[in-house]
Amino acid sequence: MYINKISAQNVNFYYGKTHALKNINLDIYKNQVTAIIGPSGCGKSTFIRLLNRMNELIPFTRLTGNIYLDEADIFDPTIDAVEIRRRVGMVFQKPNPFPKSIFDNIAYGLRVNGIRDKEYINEKVEKSLKRAVLWEEVKHRLHESALKLSGGQQQRLCIARCLAVETKVILFDEPCASLDPISTAKIEELIMELKKDYTIVIVTHNMQQAARVSDYAAFFLLGELVESGRTQDIFTAPKNKKTEAYITGRFG
Amino acid sequence: MRNTKRTQKIAFFFLFLATLLVVVPVGMIVVIIVQKGIPAINWQFLTDVPRQGMRSGGIFPAIIGTLYLVGGAIIFALPIGLLAAIYLSEYSKENFLSRIIKLAIVNLAGVPSVVYGLFGLALFVVFCKFGASILAGSLTLGIMILPIIITTSREALESVPYSFREVSLSLGASKWQTIRHIVLPNAIPGILTGTILGLGRAAGETAPILFTVAAFYLPRLPKSIFDQAMALPYHLYVISTQVPNVDEKIRYGTALVLLTLVLFMNLVAIIIRYKFRKKKKW
Repeated sequence: MYINKISAQNVNFYYGKTHALKNINLDIYKNQVTAIIGPSGCGKSTFIRLLNRMNELIPFTRLTGNIYLDEADIFDPTIDAVEIRRRVGMVFQKPNPFPKSIFDNIAYGLRVNGIRDKEYINEKVEKSLKRAVLWEEVKHRLHESALKLSGGQQQRLCIARCLAVETKVILFDEPCASLDPISTAKIEELIMELKKDYTIVIVTHNMQQAARVSDYAAFFLLGELVESGRTQDIFTAPKNKKTEAYITGRFG
Repeated sequence: MRNTKRTQKIAFFFLFLATLLVVVPVGMIVVIIVQKGIPAINWQFLTDVPRQGMRSGGIFPAIIGTLYLVGGAIIFALPIGLLAAIYLSEYSKENFLSRIIKLAIVNLAGVPSVVYGLFGLALFVVFCKFGASILAGSLTLGIMILPIIITTSREALESVPYSFREVSLSLGASKWQTIRHIVLPNAIPGILTGTILGLGRAAGETAPILFTVAAFYLPRLPKSIFDQAMALPYHLYVISTQVPNVDEKIRYGTALVLLTLVLFMNLVAIIIRYKFRKKKKW
């Protein structure tokens, strides 16, 4: 059995009166890729945005239940959300580099965390870009605008930006939704490489993608967690009929 | 078939005519003022004090007075306006209080400028005992342009994509760091544009300075912020209606200087906006 990195227990979440997540219990294992699958509006994104406390930026929401990161409750009132977000990074659906240079994009997370040591920042930027397999493509133009990069490069830049801040968990919210197949393949390869050092949660609409990259999968439907387990098991022998129907493409 | 075409042609004609009618007055104002004012413009006119009961000499004290007033207004209004805009766009939640504040700003923008003048007289000149002074006039003008600065700054802040804020926060930046390093830098061109438009407005208004600062005739430069000062719009009013036998070209010359000042500010605002649009890529 793997080490438990994140554990959601009896999580309920409400947008106003809408009950968006219903009694979710899910464990996410260290150095594994966990895919969250399900049709649009089933609560996948809502769920992963709880893991780095991004949902609390939305007004009129309410949460019950607990989420533990390394056995510490992330919603503990004495813990600052900023602290959690430094440990749990996020890559968004649309590549969203800042309108700054490539270098400054990566360095941003370090600088806001109070790091001033230029030597250290330089080193970290290079390391993060290498880790995101972008270094070779951009090493000669680190000080050009990040907006000049292609969509796939921008997304890898966003991953590198995330890696620079000593995160342990990376949340991917449909990271390939706006990318072409070649860029998608690169990102997937990267995700599988990154799991050696990071715990990864990925939301995806693409069943093949879930099957390719993930070790564990969780199927959400209408705010409920229908089934979770090893990806292999879920894709070959789903226990629930709804899971089977979704995976084989009968709805969603 | 032919009928619809003809209707369309007629419609186009009237639409074009209406558009043209907007341009004509602007063009005429500029042409007439330039034509009649240009003969007055020379080095002496721009740098000398008024002489012979303002019938000759220059308008230098009025130019300087206006620059002081505009500068003072901006020193006062920009920080307050910007901070208020940041609060409204980034921090305030949608509730009764924030609705009241927004309503107040809209109403502040709708207050006639002469009412600002009276307000400035009551508050700054009389109550705060600043007397008729550059300080009182600047504060009055500052309050008048606050709504312009707040509204344009808020729009500029809100036009920065939400995704930038989201990423910044997700990287462990605090809310203030996000505003300081991500939101503000991307909003600065818009804020600048609004500020300059506010400046132009402040430079051209007569009523707010009427009771608070403007000197009828003060042929010297102001010595401190508690001194009275001449100002271009009020000077123009004075030499046009209060002093008999002022040469026409002096009046139009003064108008031309004021117009140039205001149009120049607007032009700068337009250039900033244009450059920013070209650069903006999200």
